[in-house]
Amino acid sequence: MLLRSLLAAVVAFWLGIAQAQAPIKIGAFLAVTGPAASLGDPEQKTLELYVEKLNAAGGVLGRKLQLVSYDSAGDAEKARTFVRRLIEQDKVDLIVGGTTTGETMAVVQLVEQAGMPFISLAGAVVVIEPVKKWVFKTPHTDRMACERIFLDMRSRRIERIALISGSGGFDKSMRGQCLNVAATYGVKVIADETYGGGDTDMTAQLTKIKNTAGIQAVLNAGFGQGPAIVTKNYKQLAISAPLYQSHGVASKEFIKLAGDAAEGVRLPAAAVLAAEQLPADDKQRAVSVNYKREYETRYKQDISTFGGHAYDGLMIAVEAIKRARSADKSKVRDAIEATKGFVGTGGVVNMSPTDHMGLDLTFFRMFEVKKGNWVPVQ
Amino acid sequence: MSAQFAQYVLSGLTVGAIYALVALGFSIIYNASHVINFAQGEFVMIGGMATVSLVAIGWPLPFAIAAAVLAAAAIGFALEKFAVEPARGASVVTLIIITIGASILLRGLATLVWDKNIHPLKSFSGDVPIQIGGATLLPQSLWVMGITLAIVLLLTWFFGRTLLGKALLATSHNRLAAQLVGINVRHVLLASFGLSAALGAVAGILVAPITFTSWDVGVMLGLKGFAAAILGGLGSGPGAVLGGIALGVIEAMGAGYISSAYKDVIAFVIILAVLFFLPSGLLGKRSTDRV
Repeated sequence: MLLRSLLAAVVAFWLGIAQAQAPIKIGAFLAVTGPAASLGDPEQKTLELYVEKLNAAGGVLGRKLQLVSYDSAGDAEKARTFVRRLIEQDKVDLIVGGTTTGETMAVVQLVEQAGMPFISLAGAVVVIEPVKKWVFKTPHTDRMACERIFLDMRSRRIERIALISGSGGFDKSMRGQCLNVAATYGVKVIADETYGGGDTDMTAQLTKIKNTAGIQAVLNAGFGQGPAIVTKNYKQLAISAPLYQSHGVASKEFIKLAGDAAEGVRLPAAAVLAAEQLPADDKQRAVSVNYKREYETRYKQDISTFGGHAYDGLMIAVEAIKRARSADKSKVRDAIEATKGFVGTGGVVNMSPTDHMGLDLTFFRMFEVKKGNWVPVQ
Repeated sequence: MSAQFAQYVLSGLTVGAIYALVALGFSIIYNASHVINFAQGEFVMIGGMATVSLVAIGWPLPFAIAAAVLAAAAIGFALEKFAVEPARGASVVTLIIITIGASILLRGLATLVWDKNIHPLKSFSGDVPIQIGGATLLPQSLWVMGITLAIVLLLTWFFGRTLLGKALLATSHNRLAAQLVGINVRHVLLASFGLSAALGAVAGILVAPITFTSWDVGVMLGLKGFAAAILGGLGSGPGAVLGGIALGVIEAMGAGYISSAYKDVIAFVIILAVLFFLPSGLLGKRSTDRV
């Protein structure tokens, strides 16, 4: 009898250890290829790098992390398939991913039904508004980009502007948000032009803008090659009004593509873009400089804010697991929602039941391109 | 107002010349085989990407360009030899589907050989805009237009004065008759793929400084070039150029005077209208069926 209970105790002990040592599975679906590859690729690399680093440091709660990642190519249909696989086959503990707004919105229903904590890396405000129980996000929203740009314009007494945007989901969403909040900041949109996804020349649209009387600035919403062509055409036409871009082009790649024409372009972005130029007492300096150094040493490639979003997502998840003392889905969800004072590359995150992003405008900084580099605007 | 109009014309010409170069490639293969080669856009991509990567490893631009054009021509030959020729008994539709498959394969290979990033290429002669009557034009656009013109002249000479060119034309008119008078039709087909691949590569290199280049740049340029070829009349060299320029100018005018949101719609409605009245395009051969 004694022997049997002793045996049972030993078995239970071993099972307990086995349980404790099963890895915590982090699921991801990212647009590593396809039109949003310039965003998804650094996100994937960042997740790989930091899962490795966390494991080298002993893992989380004594358990290793395991990354299960799929390339959705920015396709909403593929994203659904992969998320279903992550939930049903891979049985991951939480999901960090969803490069584009389209992919993210396509899987919201799935994660809500499955009760799966999900930290999205997509930009648009619809991801967190209205609040969805299981869905969080790390990047600043497109509405905040508009608000930050309009704040900068107001401080420069710019009141009449032109909008030019692409035809992608992010472009359209940001255009809508900007039109919505413009009046609040005393900005009037007096020209509103668009271009197609594969367009090679935007001088016609910009000529129209140039000839609209009273334009004081131009705002371009989009990511990829479109904004770079707009910037080059802008220079060619010698338009004197300042050009504002969105956080969709917040990487060195944009400056490389647009070349000299990028000089003077302004955009809102996370502080990590100019990590070394942050003052020593800046809260975000340490995390930004570290991330930049570690990523660039490993991949020999300039960082972008997009990889930073993935870093923030992973670290918020890891801290939440630590605070919850388990990888139990609903405990982790509650812990993510209770994130307070987390310092990431995107800013200081204070989440709440009504705010599943937790960032405010103060951590969205204006940058200007000077001599081929991002320089913070004072 | 007139400066604005001039700018729209110049914008249209810049884009139009690019479309024209891509359209010429479609026409040559169509002439020789009645196949519409949907991998034409991929030759544009290969030209641009190969040049960018060779320049990046330190090759001087002229050598890089020559090597990229030759590489594209070699891939054109290979496409004909290993994909189109083995299926030579098949219908034209089958061959067209083979080219679609080839285009997907080439795009996939490009992401492996190169990467998925967008790459810039330095302009051939600087970025200082040229002022023309209040409108501006980049020097690179002059390169595009000038070389398009030179290629059209060269092709006219090639098809009108050389044996291979005449053989190509003869094959396009009547394949069986051409074979009967001793033209090696298979060689003609091979030459046409090589030639249009080289042309596509030239287009890809010339436009890279204006539009950048990436593994999927061929998709949109291929589509627009195809539309231009249809508009001008499939199989007609001058038609391809006219179609390209017309498409470019219509797009620019549509964006400038009507609405940039409907720029492509306007262009395609006009193409549909033209094809309704001239089913074989602006300069296409009027085909007559014997009853």
